Amino acid sequence: MATNQILNQDVMQSIIKRYPRSRSAIMPLLHYVQSVSGYVTNEGIELISDLLDIETAEVSAVATFYTQYKRKPVGEYHVGVCTNTLCAIMGGDAIFSALKEHLGIENDGVTDDGKVSLEHIECNAACDYAPVVMANWEFYDNQTVESAKSLVDAARSGKPPAPTRGPSKLVTYKQASAVLAGIDDGLAREGVQAGGPTLLGLKLSKEGK
Amino acid sequence: MSKLTPVLSAHWDEADSFTIEAYTRHGGYTASKKALAMDPDAVIQMVKDSGLRGRGGAGFPTGMKWGFIPQGDDKDHYLVVNADESEPGTCKDTPLLMANPHVLIEGCIIACHAIRAKRAFIYIRGEVTHVVRRVNAAIADAYSAGHLGNGIDITLHIGAGAYICGEETALLDSLEGFRGQPRLRPPFPAIAGLYARPTVVNNVESIASVPAIISNGAEWYQSMGTEKSKGATLYSLSGHVNNPGQFEAPLGITLREILELAGGVRTGHKLKFWTPGGSSTPLFTDAHLDTPLDYEGVAAAGSMLGTKALQIFDETTCVVRAVLRWTEFYKHESCGKCTPCREGTWWLVQILRDLENGTGTEADLDKLLDLCDNIMGRSFCALGDGATSPITSSIQYFRDEYIAHLTNGACPFDPVKSTLFTGAVN
Repeated sequence: MATNQILNQDVMQSIIKRYPRSRSAIMPLLHYVQSVSGYVTNEGIELISDLLDIETAEVSAVATFYTQYKRKPVGEYHVGVCTNTLCAIMGGDAIFSALKEHLGIENDGVTDDGKVSLEHIECNAACDYAPVVMANWEFYDNQTVESAKSLVDAARSGKPPAPTRGPSKLVTYKQASAVLAGIDDGLAREGVQAGGPTLLGLKLSKEGK
Repeated sequence: MSKLTPVLSAHWDEADSFTIEAYTRHGGYTASKKALAMDPDAVIQMVKDSGLRGRGGAGFPTGMKWGFIPQGDDKDHYLVVNADESEPGTCKDTPLLMANPHVLIEGCIIACHAIRAKRAFIYIRGEVTHVVRRVNAAIADAYSAGHLGNGIDITLHIGAGAYICGEETALLDSLEGFRGQPRLRPPFPAIAGLYARPTVVNNVESIASVPAIISNGAEWYQSMGTEKSKGATLYSLSGHVNNPGQFEAPLGITLREILELAGGVRTGHKLKFWTPGGSSTPLFTDAHLDTPLDYEGVAAAGSMLGTKALQIFDETTCVVRAVLRWTEFYKHESCGKCTPCREGTWWLVQILRDLENGTGTEADLDKLLDLCDNIMGRSFCALGDGATSPITSSIQYFRDEYIAHLTNGACPFDPVKSTLFTGAVN
């Protein structure tokens, strides 16, 4: 499938140059392809195979192993609900089933307008903020069924709320994929340094407890 | 006196704690200056003397691991930092990197000097966009300030959603551009790691603990903790508690003490079961409230300290549902390389589903234990071993609850009562 955006070979070469051996660049290159095309396209796989001088099957083998690489387009806002045990029990299961019903899509589905896709995800290292929802891999902490519904509604209208611990504005899936390709977007200084639970022990210690 | 000892977390409450300005304001990058002026072997000895052990789960002595790197071998050496935090319940490295990425970078400089490596890789999981931004910016700022680029370089590598890449040899395969699948050992990474070169793979918290050891000395670090588990560490409390969060305390603190600090188990409820170090460590119950949370204390009580991920579940929680969900996780994350893990975790899920929905039989419990026996210790890595932990420990402590599902013909628990927003759900 052809895409409108062009994969920039200069950017791809600069990614390859980060490593002592070129093959190590497969993963950031795949993130880069997603940042341009929204998913891992066949032309992206062919280009990576050309640049690294390996078979397309070798690139596909990597692309299909890791769950963050998508072989079909996801939404502009890709929403992940943690349903690993702790978050599931604290409310993640209820949130995930409510979002499926609310959006009228199943796991790995995308809304007709292409705005929101939904996936149940594994532990995202924020258990002290359970239940956790991620959007484009940014943290939305301490969610409820209602807060998660309003998050996806706002995302569909193009005005998603800011992440709880993240930049002051939620970037798109493609923009987030560029960050994951190691390309700086200048937003590192935005957002809090830590949330309340992260600071709890420090706070208690200062109170002499 | 407070039971807590914030060292890593000491300045996290300052709004700019993640910047190089804040880190330098609190004496950052003086430890690396000191270490770089030392003989590399003296740095390794200091870390050995401190008693620091790996904080990624296994608890292997950090200084000893560094000492395994062959010297004068004329090969490139590598440091690889495992920031692929994904063990269920584990949530310490992610907030650490968001609040203070520079302490990891300084630790990398010291470790690279000690093991005679010119290059470190930080392998960070891909599902944490803002943490990636913070670490990437910190590396750039460390280059601008001249801390990096003068003989030591750091490359940030970002994962793409595979729990198995937290296993050190799978991580190396992934970093080399392959599917993340564990390697057979020996050879160990210290001999043939990244690109078949001598490599140290350390957890974020382990490396981040090093600058303070260099600054304050091995004796200072030794003064905290217990006989064989020295120092302080991050305990991550989550689940059915009034105040979840990160608690940096000397090794050997108990869950009872941490729960007191956290305002206890969810009001009106009581502790049922918990994990001491993530889902791969056998479950504990209220009988283990006073178990010292150090490597030896937890092992003596039949589990593992692991990542110190204290996931708390109260009496509203169905243990079969909890264990089934963890098992589905292991099945999904099994890389497929070793048959006992790949096939075994699939069968564990089938049997547990029947048990949870009340259609299994009592003989299924024995079948589960038999399967676990055939998975344990039979694969390249510990993923399959970890998958058996919640199953065998839950059957040990809660066999009656499994049986109750069968006599009831369904799960006897109401999942709504377990949610943190009980009443908000229809």
